[in-house]
Amino acid sequence: MNLTLRIWRQRGPEDRGAMVTYELADVSPDMSFLEMLDVLNERLILEGEDPVAFDHDCREGICGMCGVVINGQAHGPRDRTTTCQLHMREFTDGETIDIEPWRAAAFPVVRDLVVDRSGFDRIIGSGGYISVVTGSAPEAHATPVPKDIADAAFDNATCIGCGACVAACPNGSAMLFTSAKVTHLNLLPQGAPERETRVRDMVATMDDEGFGGCTNTGECTVACPKGIPLTSIGNLNREYLRSLTRR
Amino acid sequence: MPETTSLGSGGSAYWTVGDDIADTAAPDGPIETRWDRRKFSAKLVNPANRRKHTVIVVGTGLAGGAAGATLAEQGYNVIQFCFQDSPRRAHSIAAQGGINAAKNYRNDGDSVYRLFYDTVKGGDFRARESNVYRLAQISTQIIDQCVAQGVPFAREYSGLLDTRSFGGVQVQRTFYARGQTGQQLLIGAYQALSRQIDAGNVEIHPRTEMLDLIVIDGRARGIVARDLVTGKITPYLADAVVLATGGYGNVFFLSTNAKGSNTTATWRAHRRGAHFANPCYTQIHPTCIPRSGEYQGKLTLMSESLRNDGRIWVPKTKGDTRSPDQIPEAERDYYLERIYPAFGNLVPRDIASRAAKYQCDDGRGVGPGGLGVYLDFADAIKRMGEDKVREKYGNLFEMYDRITGEDPYKVPMRIYPAVHYTMGGLWVDYDLQSSIPGMFVIGEANFSDHGANRLGASALMQGLADGYFVLPPMLGNYIASTKLGSVSLDDPAVTSVVGEVTGRLGRLLEINGDRTPDSFHRELGELIWDECGMGRTEAGLRKALARIPELREEFWRRVKVPGDSGELNQSLEKANRIADFLEFGELLCIDALHRAESCGGHFREESQTPDGEALRDDEHFAYAAAWEYTGGAPVLHREPLQFDYVHLAQRNYS
Repeated sequence: MNLTLRIWRQRGPEDRGAMVTYELADVSPDMSFLEMLDVLNERLILEGEDPVAFDHDCREGICGMCGVVINGQAHGPRDRTTTCQLHMREFTDGETIDIEPWRAAAFPVVRDLVVDRSGFDRIIGSGGYISVVTGSAPEAHATPVPKDIADAAFDNATCIGCGACVAACPNGSAMLFTSAKVTHLNLLPQGAPERETRVRDMVATMDDEGFGGCTNTGECTVACPKGIPLTSIGNLNREYLRSLTRR
Repeated sequence: MPETTSLGSGGSAYWTVGDDIADTAAPDGPIETRWDRRKFSAKLVNPANRRKHTVIVVGTGLAGGAAGATLAEQGYNVIQFCFQDSPRRAHSIAAQGGINAAKNYRNDGDSVYRLFYDTVKGGDFRARESNVYRLAQISTQIIDQCVAQGVPFAREYSGLLDTRSFGGVQVQRTFYARGQTGQQLLIGAYQALSRQIDAGNVEIHPRTEMLDLIVIDGRARGIVARDLVTGKITPYLADAVVLATGGYGNVFFLSTNAKGSNTTATWRAHRRGAHFANPCYTQIHPTCIPRSGEYQGKLTLMSESLRNDGRIWVPKTKGDTRSPDQIPEAERDYYLERIYPAFGNLVPRDIASRAAKYQCDDGRGVGPGGLGVYLDFADAIKRMGEDKVREKYGNLFEMYDRITGEDPYKVPMRIYPAVHYTMGGLWVDYDLQSSIPGMFVIGEANFSDHGANRLGASALMQGLADGYFVLPPMLGNYIASTKLGSVSLDDPAVTSVVGEVTGRLGRLLEINGDRTPDSFHRELGELIWDECGMGRTEAGLRKALARIPELREEFWRRVKVPGDSGELNQSLEKANRIADFLEFGELLCIDALHRAESCGGHFREESQTPDGEALRDDEHFAYAAAWEYTGGAPVLHREPLQFDYVHLAQRNYS
């Protein structure tokens, strides 16, 4: 396959940045999207140009480090697939592909396709945990958890924190990310003692970090590589309202 | 320039032999009470005094994340580092199958002793009994801890925890969270760590990479790290340093490790005096997706748990190119079930990998290049229905489909072995302290518990055991029993390490040659895979040992690293890690050459049984090989292994 790539290049947060066009020939359909960028970067290095900076690590769709906007879609065209798991067979010979970083006020660009998602870590730090000091846990079977509850908690716990939901949202909202963690922990009996403070603190941090509000557009769930459902946001709203009526 | 020093001078002078060493921290007496007695004899730091002590933790995977969170909970000041943009990204997250624990919830005859026994045997009798017994004891506490953190393990309809079986084992002791157990456990540790970061007890430095260790008066007192965004090189000082930086599998270039996984922290510590033990014990995982082309940057693992229900086979006829559905039952060879009827498809990883290699070498492999065997779920789908298979393995099947474009519900998967885990690592004593006082090494980065082969679902167990339960009291003991003078950033030892690190990065940028860093990494990886991969021979290892110094010399002459060091420069990060792999690879091959026996993941073709199984030589090699760095030929220190409980025997899984 021969491709035309238009890639966002930006040296640093203060630089204006621009789309730069590269022609790439002989791309194999069995290549992953990031392997395609590797090939481009090898060429750029030899040509004495700066390679395109992009985040990636596990390349198995689980670490959440990768993520770019491909032809306007966070993580590209394939459903429930991270950028690293996307393969070039999803594209056609002669195609022009636009590659941009996550676009969100709360995710400033670091360089090229690399953005700063540390706001997510601060949301988790403000309440996305169960306060259990190492060694203090009761026997694992002391509290049975009904299978449907455990499964629903698991479905929300699969969030990889990649930020595609924020990138896809017209408001740059982190509601899907926050709701997944609130739902995961608030569903479980182990999470019950901190149920109210957790949701209040996490929502407050989400707002402080500059993420936008939710207007039920639903783009987030389409972009989410792990299929976190929109109902989790409904659950977040419910948990939040409930917490306001309690201590 | 030290980077181009050859470690040997040809012939057999690749290493010299030094004094034997012993694990002086391990208590003796009955194995059941050794850990209790060690904890009791350990000195304690008063809770009010802990805040006066600072500990550096490098890495935020299961071991590092658990250690950082726990030390901070106990009151220590923790400074923690990871090269990824968030502590939640560490490669533990990619572990799929599960975590072992001797809970015996199944009432199927499991016990701490059986987990201990299985692990020592599975490791082909090259691990320490004391360490493994402790690991088995702690395993049950880990499950309790993780459940309390909200880790959503798979459950039965009763609401109680489900378990499954893994390779090398005949009980069901593996707890799991679909095919994402590592993710769920890591998120649990990350959340505990995040709570401590928010509380101000942990100072976290993401996108910051340790590039060297600071040793003052013979003790580890800090690290030099580079901020990967600004390029700033900064020394950090502490009372103790904990390395939780994972394994060295990426020396093979193609592995199932994350792209960023590297050996720089452990190798730099080795150069500063920490012994490196058993580097030749590398695990080749049998169930990975075969390679598809030259451009390939990494390999993807399919969890071993698939071998619970999937059946492995190849066509009986050599060079059979029919599609799998056209090959009748009678013309298929379910070779693992045939050769190892007791364990069947669930033999340990080293055995399953070698068996696949034999089939492929013998011309019965399937797929492009004949480098693959089938992993077939047709029977499982018939037996329990597609929905049940989807519930158990859905995400793995999806992953396979995305990478290969084939639907494993309809077509059998093709799998081939790939480098996955490294049992070797920095030498540590029973307290997890390295040969540099004050430097502790935990998780995959150390060598201690898996011997020559790790059993499935034991890496998560070890990482969390080290981080949550073993390291914290032992680190306290070190701090309480050591008089640590104050050190300052002006100390000549600090400025000289900073100078070395800066100089090295500068040299990498100055070369401005004509080859990319990756091209060297790929070449090194291919060489090591060919000569020090699934099968190793003296001639092949000597060939590799002749080639690696040449390649290293070429690297320092021809590598091209664009940009400068005062910015985000991923090529520079990569080149610096590859420079260390080019040194480490040589030690890997030296260790493999010196160990003339086969054991576990280390298969010397000269040493095999008539059936082609690994043949140990307990008379000459029942020791851990701890290597000392000299700048020239490394010095071998043997730590003899003693087996008082598990009888040394040839492993038999048939």
